[in-house]
Amino acid sequence: MSRWLPRTYLTLIYLLLYVPILVLVVFSFNDSRTGYEWGGLSLRWYEALFNNRAMVQAMWNSLWLALSAATVSTIIGALTALALHRYRFRGKKVLNGMLFIVMMSPEIVLAISLLALFLLVGLQLGYVSLLLAHVTFCLPFVVITVMARLSGFDERLPEAARDLGASDFTMTRTVLIPVIMPALLAGWLLGFTLSLDDVVVSTFVSGPSYEILPLRIYSMVRVGLKPEVNALGTLLLVFSLVMLMLSQWILLRSKR
Amino acid sequence: MRSARQQPFRTAVLILVWGWLLFLVFTPNLLVVGASVMTRDPGTFISLPLNLDAYRQLLNPLYLEVFLHSLYMAAMTTLICLLIGYPFAWSLSKVARQHQVLLIFLLIVPFWTNSLVRTYALKLILATNGLLNSALMSLGLIEEPLQMLYTEGAVIIGLVYLLLPFMILPLYAVFDDLRDDLLRASHDLGAGRFSTFIHVIVPLTLPGVLAGVMLVLLPAMGLFFVPDILGGSRNLLVGNVIKNQFLDARNWPFGAAASIVLTLAMAFLMFAHRLSKRRIGEEGV
Amino acid sequence: MKQTLLSLSNLSKQFDGKTVLDSLDLEIFDGEFITLLGPSGCGKTTLLRMMAGFEHPDEGTITLGGQDLTHTPPENRPLNTVFQNYALFPHMSVFDNVAYGLKMEKRPKDEIRERVEDALAMVQLEDFARRKPHQLSGGQQQRVAIARAVVKRPKMLLLDEPLSALDYKLRRTMQVELKRLQRELGITFVFVTHDQEEALSMSDRVVVLKDGHIQQLGTPREVYERPANLFTARFVGETNFFPGRVDSANGDDTITVDVFGLKRTFRKPDFAVSDGQALHVLLRPEDIRVLAPEEDDGVSGKVVERNYKGSTLDSVIHLEDGTEVLASEFFDEDDPTFDYRLGEPVKVSWVDGWEWLLPDEPAPAAEDDTVDA
Repeated sequence: MSRWLPRTYLTLIYLLLYVPILVLVVFSFNDSRTGYEWGGLSLRWYEALFNNRAMVQAMWNSLWLALSAATVSTIIGALTALALHRYRFRGKKVLNGMLFIVMMSPEIVLAISLLALFLLVGLQLGYVSLLLAHVTFCLPFVVITVMARLSGFDERLPEAARDLGASDFTMTRTVLIPVIMPALLAGWLLGFTLSLDDVVVSTFVSGPSYEILPLRIYSMVRVGLKPEVNALGTLLLVFSLVMLMLSQWILLRSKR
Repeated sequence: MRSARQQPFRTAVLILVWGWLLFLVFTPNLLVVGASVMTRDPGTFISLPLNLDAYRQLLNPLYLEVFLHSLYMAAMTTLICLLIGYPFAWSLSKVARQHQVLLIFLLIVPFWTNSLVRTYALKLILATNGLLNSALMSLGLIEEPLQMLYTEGAVIIGLVYLLLPFMILPLYAVFDDLRDDLLRASHDLGAGRFSTFIHVIVPLTLPGVLAGVMLVLLPAMGLFFVPDILGGSRNLLVGNVIKNQFLDARNWPFGAAASIVLTLAMAFLMFAHRLSKRRIGEEGV
Repeated sequence: MKQTLLSLSNLSKQFDGKTVLDSLDLEIFDGEFITLLGPSGCGKTTLLRMMAGFEHPDEGTITLGGQDLTHTPPENRPLNTVFQNYALFPHMSVFDNVAYGLKMEKRPKDEIRERVEDALAMVQLEDFARRKPHQLSGGQQQRVAIARAVVKRPKMLLLDEPLSALDYKLRRTMQVELKRLQRELGITFVFVTHDQEEALSMSDRVVVLKDGHIQQLGTPREVYERPANLFTARFVGETNFFPGRVDSANGDDTITVDVFGLKRTFRKPDFAVSDGQALHVLLRPEDIRVLAPEEDDGVSGKVVERNYKGSTLDSVIHLEDGTEVLASEFFDEDDPTFDYRLGEPVKVSWVDGWEWLLPDEPAPAAEDDTVDA
């Protein structure tokens, strides 16, 4: 195979992947009302965005939800990974299987099953139902990230700590957690992003009391074009990019 | 074995994890299975008696047509992703190591970007007076704007755009594992390029292909917001049907039955993936 | 009489129904260097882990200086371990690794610094205190692991195949170093290895283990020269096993044995012998004499292999009945050209009194190649 053919091909596909995003960013600074032709540089859509109180509220709601969902799923996910890694117990395979099913099953299946559960137990749809749902779909990703770190982890390290006089708890605090910290941070960031991005599950389990950003965007873009969405999308893009670079940086640094 | 009393940490963790998964994964899925064999009820969503009406309704020509159309669009999406992704992953694995990290990074940036926003960006391009039509017209290639938005093609483009990285990443993983010495050995034993491709490369990358198919085909039937934004009312996915049954039509048994069919499809694909991995001597996931 | 430090009695352990230790008794003396030697899966690592507290016996007790330790968690035992792959904490500096155990004891900061510096000086790593483990070579990591374990001044140091990851030359250096440390510190060392050469050269006493049973317990010399059974003889060093048959038991504490048709007179062994009984005559390769074919003494054979080993010439000789004999002869300074041709006819003999007799055993069960649990 000659060298330029694969390179040209790669470049072409990357271009196709990024053109829509570039268009979005460029149009977010467009002064035109119609959203199709160029009307000069302007920040009016950013202004409109921040003057829209419902929108700002949805942003805060989403941020808070993503923060709490990522944190809770990181805690539970890390504990699960530790239990799977350290302990032998009955039903380990079942536990693993359930996590795998959550990760692989179509989001919509998870969404309706959770909706059915929340209605059955009479849970008011809102922040709590969103949190439970988001933690559930983030959980397997955190578990996998932490497990990957633990699998490269020397089994003897916890024993060495115990041998030198550390109790189980002290060992966890001084050895286990510092060693898996990069994975915890990466898992947290992944959970944060997944939660911030989710449309499918949230559509089913959110209520009018707690409007979140993706659903607000969804209701805006279903009909016609809304230039504010360009501005919002650009902001989200920058935000995700920062988060992604942060997580990559953490993972790369820990490998050295 | 030490008793639970001596390991409070272990006990607490196991209770928490099991509790969470039983309450939020196991029970809900059981509820869906239960709902699918019950009767529709406008007040309480579902009620007795048990029956298979919902599954019979799936075979109703009206819905069957929607399902087949959804399956067709998902299959096309998967095929296009595979056709684009296979050479892409191959080329990517040939790039110098230090550049691969950056290229992979560029590939997952979109994955970390809000998918609604990206779908919306496609709308900007595909709209009747959107960028693509304007560009084609100013180049003189077309006289009249083409109807691109709200077509089957638009839905497939949207799905491919969102799901392509999920096809490429598992393929890249298998190509990355494919050692050059195997290819050299094949050439050394007298196989030409084509024979090597058919007898060595294809079997060894098959698990990646199936993993990619699994990661693309199923979401391509469920991502209801793509047709909502790009496809109009005539190009529905199974996901749209399930959503409508649950949120609008309030026909839970039917929605549940449809989602069980999706789950079974997932189980089938996972099984095929496992089988292909076992064939080349790797443990299933 | 030496004082017992650690006493293991009647220890049994099963993993998933497989017996790893079977009613094992062992006394470890204060200040000795004792080695647990055996093939993979013999139970030596499990035994060490029980001493450290990472495993608990199904039955039996472990006492240290009269105090029952059987169910004491590892953090409360006055013993420390040097782990196989060192198990250095990757996120801590060398200093913090060594200081870890003292911090757990909540020692004052000054004392910790002083003792850590001493320990690092002892292993010649004073200048590496600020480094992270991954910035050290394998041998240096090994030294940190040792410093970390001895800084707590344990009553006993447990070493789990600590040299297995090092290359041959470094191993030899570390063997000498470990011996020096043990002498200087006066701590009891319990050393686990599957390398018999290492065991013989370092230990005061060697425990040969197989299938959870002690096969032999004795000084390196006893184990090498007077193996208790065929397993020990095979496992420790190379040995020629010649089939013998008791011809007659003599009055003067000797017996006459028929070996390859030769009538040789041996010292009467510890076990009971009767006329006509089959037994094994064991001879180490260095005990074999290779003679010219015209000599009267010895069994005829021919040289089928010769290996130059620097200080010795090792050869394999096929006897006429097909038995293979290993011989290892030192070079004679008077005869620098000393060598054999392949196929050269020779006679094989030995000096009576250098042999070791073992009774015939029922055929051993198939060798178990399972890994250490």
